[in-house]
Amino acid sequence: MSDLIVWIVLFPLFGAVFCSLAGAWSRRICYPVAVLSMLGSVWASVETLMQAILSPVHEVSYLLGGWSLDLFPRGVGIEFRADLLGALIALVVTGVGLIVSIYSKFPVQRETPGKETMYYGLFLLQISGLAGIALTGDAFNLYVLIEVAALTGYGLVALGSNRAAAATFNYVILGTIGASFYLLGVGYLYLKTGTLNMVGIREVIETNGLLESPAMQVSFVLILLGILIKMAFFPFHAWLPNAYCHAPTTTSCLLAPLVTKVMIYVMIRMTLSVFGVEFSFESTLWTEVLPWLVVVAIVCAAVMALAQREIKRMLSYLIVAEVGYMVGGVWIYNYYGLIGSIFHVISDACMTLCLFLGAGIILEKCKTTNFDGLRGLFARMPLTMIGFFIGGFSIIGLPPTCGFFSKWYLITGGMVSERWEYMITLMFSTMVMVVLFFRLIERMHLAVSEDGKNLGAGHGDLGLSKEQSRFDEAPLSMLIPLLLAASIVLLIGVYNQEVVDQIEVFLGAYNLPTGVSYK
Amino acid sequence: MSTPLIVEDIRPLLALVVPWLGMVGILWAGEKRPNLRECFTFAAASAQAAIVLSLVPLVLSGTIIEFHIWQIFSYVPMLLRVDGPGLLFACVASILWIATTLYSIGYMRGLHEHAQTRFYSFFALSLSATMGVAFSANLLTIYFFYEMLSVSTFPLVTHMQDREARTGGRTYLGYLLFTSLCLLLPALSWCYVWLDGGHLTMDFVEDVGKVGHFSETTQIVLLFLFTFGFAKAGLMPFHSWLPGAMVAPTPVSALLHAVAVVKVGVFCVYRVYADVFGSEVLANMGGEEWTMIVASATILVSSLIALSQDNLKRRLAFSTIGQLGYVVLGAAIATDRGQGGAVLHIAMHACGKITLFFCAGAIFVATGKKYVSELRGLGRKMPLTMGAFMVGALSVIGLPPLGGFISKWYLALGALDRDATWVVVVLLVSSLLNVFYLLPVAVTAFFRTSETEKDPSFKEAPWACVVPLSLTSLGCFVLFFWSEDLLRMVGLQP
Amino acid sequence: MFEDGSLFTHLLVDRLNYVIYVVLLMIGLWAMVAKNNLIKKLIGMSIFQTAIILFYVSIGVKEGATIPIYLSEHDPHGESGEVNNAQSSQPERPQVLEASLVAGYNNPLPHVLMLTAIVVGVATLGLALSICLRIYRAYGTVEEDELLLKLESEELRSSSGSRTRRWRPRSKRKAKVPKSFENTRSRKGDGDSLTSDGSQDAKARSRRPSKPKKSKDGEAS
Repeated sequence: MSDLIVWIVLFPLFGAVFCSLAGAWSRRICYPVAVLSMLGSVWASVETLMQAILSPVHEVSYLLGGWSLDLFPRGVGIEFRADLLGALIALVVTGVGLIVSIYSKFPVQRETPGKETMYYGLFLLQISGLAGIALTGDAFNLYVLIEVAALTGYGLVALGSNRAAAATFNYVILGTIGASFYLLGVGYLYLKTGTLNMVGIREVIETNGLLESPAMQVSFVLILLGILIKMAFFPFHAWLPNAYCHAPTTTSCLLAPLVTKVMIYVMIRMTLSVFGVEFSFESTLWTEVLPWLVVVAIVCAAVMALAQREIKRMLSYLIVAEVGYMVGGVWIYNYYGLIGSIFHVISDACMTLCLFLGAGIILEKCKTTNFDGLRGLFARMPLTMIGFFIGGFSIIGLPPTCGFFSKWYLITGGMVSERWEYMITLMFSTMVMVVLFFRLIERMHLAVSEDGKNLGAGHGDLGLSKEQSRFDEAPLSMLIPLLLAASIVLLIGVYNQEVVDQIEVFLGAYNLPTGVSYK
Repeated sequence: MSTPLIVEDIRPLLALVVPWLGMVGILWAGEKRPNLRECFTFAAASAQAAIVLSLVPLVLSGTIIEFHIWQIFSYVPMLLRVDGPGLLFACVASILWIATTLYSIGYMRGLHEHAQTRFYSFFALSLSATMGVAFSANLLTIYFFYEMLSVSTFPLVTHMQDREARTGGRTYLGYLLFTSLCLLLPALSWCYVWLDGGHLTMDFVEDVGKVGHFSETTQIVLLFLFTFGFAKAGLMPFHSWLPGAMVAPTPVSALLHAVAVVKVGVFCVYRVYADVFGSEVLANMGGEEWTMIVASATILVSSLIALSQDNLKRRLAFSTIGQLGYVVLGAAIATDRGQGGAVLHIAMHACGKITLFFCAGAIFVATGKKYVSELRGLGRKMPLTMGAFMVGALSVIGLPPLGGFISKWYLALGALDRDATWVVVVLLVSSLLNVFYLLPVAVTAFFRTSETEKDPSFKEAPWACVVPLSLTSLGCFVLFFWSEDLLRMVGLQP
Repeated sequence: MFEDGSLFTHLLVDRLNYVIYVVLLMIGLWAMVAKNNLIKKLIGMSIFQTAIILFYVSIGVKEGATIPIYLSEHDPHGESGEVNNAQSSQPERPQVLEASLVAGYNNPLPHVLMLTAIVVGVATLGLALSICLRIYRAYGTVEEDELLLKLESEELRSSSGSRTRRWRPRSKRKAKVPKSFENTRSRKGDGDSLTSDGSQDAKARSRRPSKPKKSKDGEAS
């Protein structure tokens, strides 16, 4: 038993408290405090992941307050458990947090002047909430942490412009509905099993044979519905684009890669670890219906992304489509699909981070992220654009970025389960993303207006003033995080096997169909 | 080559890395020091050619060179392997890169083109990707480099940055990425999952013919996905990207769209036919004739279209599509001589076609003329260029003593081995069509005098353009007379 | 009517708590989704959360049981437990009561859980109200349809015709917009409320109490 696992959550929590207190004395201290506490948190999560990998049972556990687990049903107190999946997600959360916290220096000063204290307080609490979700082993504690993350998220979005505040309202309403459904579902779970510990619930379900119980069905539906709302699955996605697109730069950089992905993690955790494979997947209803919903979700989100004329908004719809990928990967129900889904959680967090960091720099430098103001950006800030488009290529799924490998596993999963509709949808959305990103490249690279008129004097003259076309790179505190994120996208792609190995160890504990040879 | 010796050697990787280093140098030198920048390109090209050529004796002695880069999936490594066909392709591409570098200096400076640094950097990148395809040892590795080539050539195709470039670039990427992401990827993943229960390395040597375990329908579907998935091979109906990509500057059209990109496409198709399906499976699977039919149709139809093109580069582009059809046809014949002829044709056609493109570019640099109908009397003005054009055209048509003859000869022999006489007829008819659309260009230039320009003064393109095109036209002869080694490389002679 | 096994008994006697919570839940949900006024939506949200609290609290209650505080005869720290306690090496550790004794107490856990849920609910409500306040100050309305109209016209202004291919919805409504702008301005008394976002922002900020922070404190407790 190691207490490092708690420090993943405690570092940002204490950082938040310290920010709020010391911020009254000097606002400038908040930024270094945030970066330092994120560093500590990343260190703790790396250590925890290593411990989990090295331990014979592949998990690290910590009992808050020293409550014992001896009783049956297991667990009186709250347990923090990091199995390989949880530790990986926690590392993703804290890593993204660290990169965004470094990035936040200028955008926070510019967009929320005078409110740094509040901003960094909320920022750090958000991280501790999200990391807590990945680590907790207690179903009710999970609810509380979801709400911690959600409330701070509302605050972080609403700190922006008035438009952002208006967008937050929908976010609050839908977020609360989602979380409440989850809470209700947990209520039914507790009603039937008498415990809130996730492993405990699983044990009780198995020993008492609760698989057929209608109350369990109700609980499952409620929890699933709640999580789907929270992760902005297609019909419930309305809150997401507005909130992310109008939020302050740093906020969207932090929330976009993490919030939806962490909710996918919750879904995987609930279906695999709590309800169990047989209960979740073998009832034909869900495995039949959800992949089709996923098809609708991906297609609609991709088409809506096509219709956008503004980068951040387009990216927001892309997130909705990616959520569809991951949900589909889980519900096509096989080994490869789940590997793809989990790997996509990790890689999508990295590439979305990359894209939003890039969009933030564009906004900072050009004062707009409209498609019309992008001409000549390659000449102006080549490094930023390289970072941004590595993220873009990863979303498209070009090797050797990590997006290729997650897509590879998802497609493979679709093939093993013979869900052709899912595969075709993946292909379709891939092509949409090709269009989206190469359209951006065209706009930045070519001297052609949208309706096809040649601008400039030919020979690579973009028709811009000298001022607009000279080399003007982003400040280092923004550029380095972006390039860091881009290189992580590439590194996870190159060393995907290391990550997939851990996922395979995690999934090895569950009895999942893998497909047969020679078809 | 009964039991080839396998050697671990880093040189294949070096051939891939050298262009990257060259690119760093090119970017460092930048627009301000153009001479230094071109030095870097030259250095990278020469170093790459030297590395590749240094592998030739080893391969000729029956050794196979491997280099393991990293493990992509648990069972699939990123593995480079140098065998005869791959090395032949690599040699052609890297040697012609040197010629093209010299040519692009003349062309780009002659026309005062913009963004030359970008041009040379991405050029180097695409050559790295080409080497990667030539040396790949399994399907996934080849796919990686294939995609890298698609993306790294996009800035070259859209070099002019105007409306035409946009249209061309859209067609280019639209076709290539659609086919590779939507057709190829499922095929790869199908092989990965179902063969050996997910333990397949997709290796070109170890796993030849394992596709034969699939049901017949699956085999045909896979063949379909692979054949059209590698759309760089320009098989109809996925050929339109090639004429579209002709908006690029001529050196790009020359190297990438007569040598590197399109040849990567057909080389991949060859690999799939010869080393994934294997000639036995391919010949016996039943229902594989349609690939030969599609290839033949591509050859004939594109030749007919070429006849009607007035724009010289477009005419050459359609000619290329037809010639690519030969390679696919040869690979689909699934006999040793047919497939050997296919690989030979990659080299032979590359040398001939690059000469033709160089000539088209040289004419444009010297006179600004793009259309066949404008070329009257040009033979007296630019005798060297038009002479080289004649040689290139004859080689593409396939007359001895030029390289093109040998590959067509073996293609025909391969077809006869299989008793597919109709293929020989297709070859003959298409050669005739080649004569019809290539020779009139030279004839117009030499034997018809211009009505507008009465002054037949001698006005060649810059020497940096003329020297490479003369060299490549000589290369067509060289390939004929030194074909011994080439035949040994593709395994047609012991 | 209330004989055993009939539907009425089933719903109104045996499971009355569930029926009430479902009815409350639906009322809350309906208000959140269908009401036009933002404040009414929030009231709905409160009802929604309260319904869940009711559900939880009711599942912890047992018939004839008492509140979950040790009766004197069971208390390890009380008179009868004194001896036990002295012998025990770990006096802090909770004592496990026998199952027969446990039946006499209500289950405390759901109640404790709801304490946290109430805190969360209060924090959410506070935050949502502060957002409403900000919306009202910025746009002069808490009616959703009016708000949407204003947001739409704001977007049109900020892009100021630079978009060439924008889809322009409902031209009739658009004509109405300037009028409501007039209202906003006169009501607010400071002109140019929508064009200069930054200054408006700053004003709203100075007036607004820092609600998000409060919610955070609520969480920490």
